Amino acid sequence: MASNNEILVVAELTQEYQPKKVTFELLSEAKRLAGGGTVGILVLAPDPTSMAAKLAEYGATKLYAAAGNDWAKEVAGSATDAVEAAIKAANPKLVLMASGVNGRDVAGRLAARLGLGVLWDATATAEGESSNGITFNVPIWGGTYTVNSGFTRDEAVLALCKPGSFDLARSEGAAPAEVVNLNVERKTPSALIVQSVQEEGVGVSLEEASTVVSGGRGLGKPENFALVEDLAKVLGAAVGTTRAVVDEGWRPYNQQIGQTGKTIKPKLYLAVGISGAIQHKVGMQTSETIVAINKDADAPIFEFADLGVVGDLFKILPALTEELKRRKGIAG
Amino acid sequence: MNIVVCVKETPDTTAEKKFTADLRLDRSAVAGVINPYDEYSVEEALQQKEKLGGEVTVLTMGPSRAEESIRKALAVGADRAVLVSDPALADSDLVATARVIAAALKKMSFELVIFGQTSTDSSGGMLAAAVAELLGLPALTVANKLEVEAGKARIQRSTDHGYDVVEAPLPCVVSVVSGINLPRYPALKGIMQAKKKELLSYSLADLGIDPASVGSSSKGTKVNTASRVSLSRTPEIFKDAERAAVYIADYLERKKLI
Repeated sequence: MASNNEILVVAELTQEYQPKKVTFELLSEAKRLAGGGTVGILVLAPDPTSMAAKLAEYGATKLYAAAGNDWAKEVAGSATDAVEAAIKAANPKLVLMASGVNGRDVAGRLAARLGLGVLWDATATAEGESSNGITFNVPIWGGTYTVNSGFTRDEAVLALCKPGSFDLARSEGAAPAEVVNLNVERKTPSALIVQSVQEEGVGVSLEEASTVVSGGRGLGKPENFALVEDLAKVLGAAVGTTRAVVDEGWRPYNQQIGQTGKTIKPKLYLAVGISGAIQHKVGMQTSETIVAINKDADAPIFEFADLGVVGDLFKILPALTEELKRRKGIAG
Repeated sequence: MNIVVCVKETPDTTAEKKFTADLRLDRSAVAGVINPYDEYSVEEALQQKEKLGGEVTVLTMGPSRAEESIRKALAVGADRAVLVSDPALADSDLVATARVIAAALKKMSFELVIFGQTSTDSSGGMLAAAVAELLGLPALTVANKLEVEAGKARIQRSTDHGYDVVEAPLPCVVSVVSGINLPRYPALKGIMQAKKKELLSYSLADLGIDPASVGSSSKGTKVNTASRVSLSRTPEIFKDAERAAVYIADYLERKKLI
């Protein structure tokens, strides 16, 4: 069945049902791609229409409202059914979602259920050979290559896009989005969130941070990560680490950068006490600027840093934190 | 409790990679290893077996040379292995792969299926959910802790603010992150025993799957171009530790990074 010209965006919300920044990024790009055509947004929340005005400012012309109080209590399950219902209602030529763990759970199920084509980790759109005329650029192998890919079938296809890929385009006074209430038949076996634990010290998320300070085994022991955290705090940065440190049990896995951890591309990556093994390199080498501090002048990280500082991190880090505080006018 | 752990052979991450003329990874040019994430799913399966009894079966889809990777999983303690191999499977996408893995799983008996969170070559991270969908089972993905008791599986999963505890009844599908455990190394004895363990092979015909529904021609996406990203930097090295803090601060300021 040929699809409509509509582009459907699946809103990515916090556990408190507030739209994340990536939702507005996806809408802005959808509006640009639609060129005046319909841009739908699917919202799974207790009161989806409460966000209608703000979503319209970023390009939504139609709001698919799936009202419910329990969307955030489940992993993927019912959300999959809701996206399926929205696809059936909109018959879109493209579905845009955020490229995170939730998006992957939903996309994996939907692809299998409906036999869809899926692209993931996309960072840009482009015109090119594709059944719907839209192709995506996707960095692969730790960002060492970029592939441009399109779709082969003329039906709703899914593209998962990385947060931070698209510029925001807001226009005030946009016409309110037309609301379509969805009746979602829940049929996916559910995985229930029975407890949500807030941990102290979890600040900026690594994938969204524009600055990341990472500490390696050179820190010597877990307590010394306070030096990294202090610096990160002054810079408004997220804290990352290496697999070696995670394997030692010093830091949690969700801070691991590299082959079996996260792949990130911040504006500034500050590596402290990290030697720069290839497994770490593939997770951070596309950062815009890389600054490394290490006492070993032969550490591999100095081969792919923009600025490499050879010296004792236990002296340099506290001094740098103080210097930055002074320049930013932070007392203390 | 019987566990199936799904593994994949991937090209060595650290090796230089090349594309073939039709823009596929030239796998003949790169050594194959067990997907690094799958070392953790195999270990997790073994640890669950040690607690709960039962057997661990390793399942993979791949060329016949993937047998080598499977033997490694057998060497660390898996009981048997199943290899789904068919020339028609080459270049299968997510949906085709999920159909094949689900069809193989339907021929097996299990309470738990464990995947690595993703693979180092495709980085899709969706196969566990896709297979769960086709089996009509719940999926507990991206687990950094797994407990199985009283007919339920319970995982911990990192969030932006901490972690969630997520639960589903057995049988279910789980995917695990690499922080979940420390994979063991094979001992010589294990390597010797692995040679004698059962290795079953399925073709597409054995699974009742139409070859036209898998492989390159069935793909929902197509690669148009592939280009190498230039990452060359000219490192500036600064060695005066006493002045380093001020120097770095100046550098960041100059680059408008603070």
